[in-house]
Amino acid sequence: MVPGVNGGRELDAESACWVEDLRSSGPARELALARLHALLLRVARSELRRREGRHPVAGPELDDLAHQAAHDALVAVMAKLGRFRGESRFTTWAYKFAVLEVSAKLGRHFWQRPAVTLEAGQWDQLPDRLGLRPDELAEHAELLAALRRAVAEDLTERQRHVFTAIVVDGVPLDALVAQLGSSRNAIYKTMFDARRKLRAALAANGYLAAPADGPADLDWVRRSS
Amino acid sequence: MTGWPELEAFLRTDPRDVGCDQALRIMDVYVDLVLSDTAEAAARRYPGVAAHLLACGPCADDYDGLLAAAGRAGDDDT
Repeated sequence: MVPGVNGGRELDAESACWVEDLRSSGPARELALARLHALLLRVARSELRRREGRHPVAGPELDDLAHQAAHDALVAVMAKLGRFRGESRFTTWAYKFAVLEVSAKLGRHFWQRPAVTLEAGQWDQLPDRLGLRPDELAEHAELLAALRRAVAEDLTERQRHVFTAIVVDGVPLDALVAQLGSSRNAIYKTMFDARRKLRAALAANGYLAAPADGPADLDWVRRSS
Repeated sequence: MTGWPELEAFLRTDPRDVGCDQALRIMDVYVDLVLSDTAEAAARRYPGVAAHLLACGPCADDYDGLLAAAGRAGDDDT
């Protein structure tokens, strides 16, 4: 057991072994590093396979991406080892870095594809992105026009740019993060504020009920990102 | 009201939503709680994270991946 890692709670036996070995020197550390790298590589490969069909990476390039993710995750784990407080199992904590590395690398990879030829402002795609069937288009034409007007008139320039890229043009959020050199949290917050503004604008004009915050279930975002 | 539920759901925001940074910071804790107890228990303990995972596609995707990886942890270590 490693007592008081960064003042955190007592670690479970397996997590304590990991931390003790990784903080040691000599063969025990080398062995732990090799074991951890193998686990992170397995997670990165599984994660890339799980997301198959949503990214174009395949073959040797996919395995190369998995190796890069595992390596960068291992570097992050070692850099932040002192911050591990045992609130989760060590392996779960470490795997998180591998999963996040895969997300970030796929986001950056989006722009490397030769097939990416986005036409800015593909508004005709929006109804489909938001689950509207072609036969429902006429019924909601007025609402769609009001939404477009609210995007143009009520959002800030940055909100409009982020909204248009993600919702209208279908750019994955992590890809936009990479393009803008921003963070996922910052882009999400921009979208969050944009959604609130648009709802308020549509409600003010009688298209929606008054804003009532509540759980959102954005399956369309999950599908498109 | 609009007959376009996807749009209404998209524009709805949850004030409990903690955002990506906080959700990612404790995602490992959340996932271990789901695995050792239930998803409902984790959502009750961390309602702001649960709200975020319902609204943020990329974080929900990371959660799904981490849940799958951590669920296999016993197999990995043997």
